[in-house]
Amino acid sequence: MGFGQAFTLGNLFYCFLGVLLGTLVGVLPGLGPTATIAMLLPITFQLPPASALIMLAGIYYGAQYGGSTTAILINLPGESSSVVTAIDGYKLARQGKAGLALFTAAVGSFFAGTVATFLIAGFAPPLAAVALSFGPAEYFSLMVLGLAASVALAHGSLIKAVGMVVLGLLLGTVGQDLYTGTPRFSFGMTELADGVEFVALVMGLFGIGEIIRNLEDESERSVFAQKVMGLLPSWSDFKPTIKPILRGSALGTVLGILPGGGAMLSSFAAYSLEKRIAKDQSRFGKGAIEGVAAPEAANNAGAQTSFIPMLTLGIPSNPVMALMIGAMIIQGIQPGPNVVTEKPELFWGLIASMWVGNVMLLVLNLPMIGMWVKFLTVPYHVLFPGIIAVCCIGVYSVSNNPFDVYTMAFFGVVGYVLVKLDCEPAPLILGFVIGKMLEEYLRRAMLLSRGDPLVFFQRPISAVLLIMSIAALVLVLIPSISKKREEAFKE
Amino acid sequence: MPSFIKNPKDFLAGLLFIFISALFAYGTMELPIGTAFRMGPGYFPMVLCIMLAALGLVVMFNGFVLDGEKIAQFTWRGLFNIVLPVVFFGVTLRGLGFVLSLGITVFFVSIASVHFKLRTALLSVVVLVFAGWAIFIWGLGLPIQVWGPWVGGY
Repeated sequence: MGFGQAFTLGNLFYCFLGVLLGTLVGVLPGLGPTATIAMLLPITFQLPPASALIMLAGIYYGAQYGGSTTAILINLPGESSSVVTAIDGYKLARQGKAGLALFTAAVGSFFAGTVATFLIAGFAPPLAAVALSFGPAEYFSLMVLGLAASVALAHGSLIKAVGMVVLGLLLGTVGQDLYTGTPRFSFGMTELADGVEFVALVMGLFGIGEIIRNLEDESERSVFAQKVMGLLPSWSDFKPTIKPILRGSALGTVLGILPGGGAMLSSFAAYSLEKRIAKDQSRFGKGAIEGVAAPEAANNAGAQTSFIPMLTLGIPSNPVMALMIGAMIIQGIQPGPNVVTEKPELFWGLIASMWVGNVMLLVLNLPMIGMWVKFLTVPYHVLFPGIIAVCCIGVYSVSNNPFDVYTMAFFGVVGYVLVKLDCEPAPLILGFVIGKMLEEYLRRAMLLSRGDPLVFFQRPISAVLLIMSIAALVLVLIPSISKKREEAFKE
Repeated sequence: MPSFIKNPKDFLAGLLFIFISALFAYGTMELPIGTAFRMGPGYFPMVLCIMLAALGLVVMFNGFVLDGEKIAQFTWRGLFNIVLPVVFFGVTLRGLGFVLSLGITVFFVSIASVHFKLRTALLSVVVLVFAGWAIFIWGLGLPIQVWGPWVGGY
């Protein structure tokens, strides 16, 4: 059924468009999947829901492929999840083994993508079935866990990350109250009666704000793309990469499902794991193929399994998933466990498209690598006016309202200032998306319990989830672990 | 920044949190709070305001105690040349129409880069206006006027 949906001509086209765009933004430093998906959100409104989600998903995992290309060839990770790939991949390229590194990265990603796809197909429906029995208290606790975990795994200051989540939740309360219809925090602007426009907020924070920050340092990047030789490695070269690919896939799959996880965390963890279990640790940093194979497999696996909590519970584990939920809401689909049963064509179509997309990526990336390297020669100062133009038109087209353009500009400034103060905008987006649901479930649970807050601890699943959230935050605060956490992000 | 502030980033971030929570707390005053049993529209935001203010105080306190880096120089050139043209686009799109509004916006946005050159900027204007028209108006059929009423459109 899923493949039938994924193989319709239209969906194949959007899947291709998605992975193509994904590879492109993965290759281009300074433009990531989050900003790209945000820019394309208003356009997806014109598409059928399945096509829209298939395309947006393709951008996310496609970017994982593209990011590794630049990391290996010019030591410039196009994506934050490819940072660790650059360490050993670039050394390999300098030793004339660029072909081996690229091949390993692509095959590793493909293998991991395939494993992750089957995992989603196997695990998501039963998980959604369990979630159907959840009451408001369980949902509330689940969302708290999602927010707590994303905070614990964000880099930088923990308190600031919590602050950003709360700020996002507050922004989410702008607009009409769900129960009484009372307008809240319109600050005299009638346009705010429906709340802060999601697309404008995201484009402002990740599009405009990011561009302003990139303009701070415009040092030209030097591109010395040598011809890539020997793309098909010999068996003896490839054999040592098999086990790291397996380990990376396994690790990435698990870390992707965790709230707050995803591609970046998976690749970092896979690299440290390979380094720890290697017989000769000194090879790492000097061109160890394991240092390419494992993280590349892991980031792709993580990127894909992070769809599981989004699809089955309606809870985003990272900003990209928050955008996917935004895309669903734009399409009029209520995210949550019902998606699997009520929109099976959407659910299975998306999953099948992931595997199809991975095949396309393999073809796009290996034989056509030279073309992608060419794109690197496009300098940023030529690129960013185009991004601004797309942002402006896109945000206006959401409701043909200039106010959304002003909102975007405003949050562009806010995003820039926040980054200057070392406050990451990603938790804010998660808070914003979850905010309305969190409030709704909180109020419903309290109504059912007649105002007794202990209800969250009396229901066993809810209690476990809350204890896990507290544990996640406490663990990060323990000095020895918080030190390790900083090291992990620095590495 | 006075010398007793050891970490200006934390200090200002804390101040920002407190300012925003005060702003929203002011907005909450006109909303019914309700009880924990039957929460009013103001209950959840009020709790969030208190949390944000408390977090802001802690972050600000850290700014006095823990050492930290200075805030790197703001790129005023980038900031103004991006934000003002974007606002200009919003103000003029309906009046000037797609071609002029987007063209002028793209031109002034280009100035934000230190690598600004008149020729490349004009070239991006032409390319982006045409590509934007082709994709969004001709292709996707967005209801945006190509020439607005200010310049003789209808």
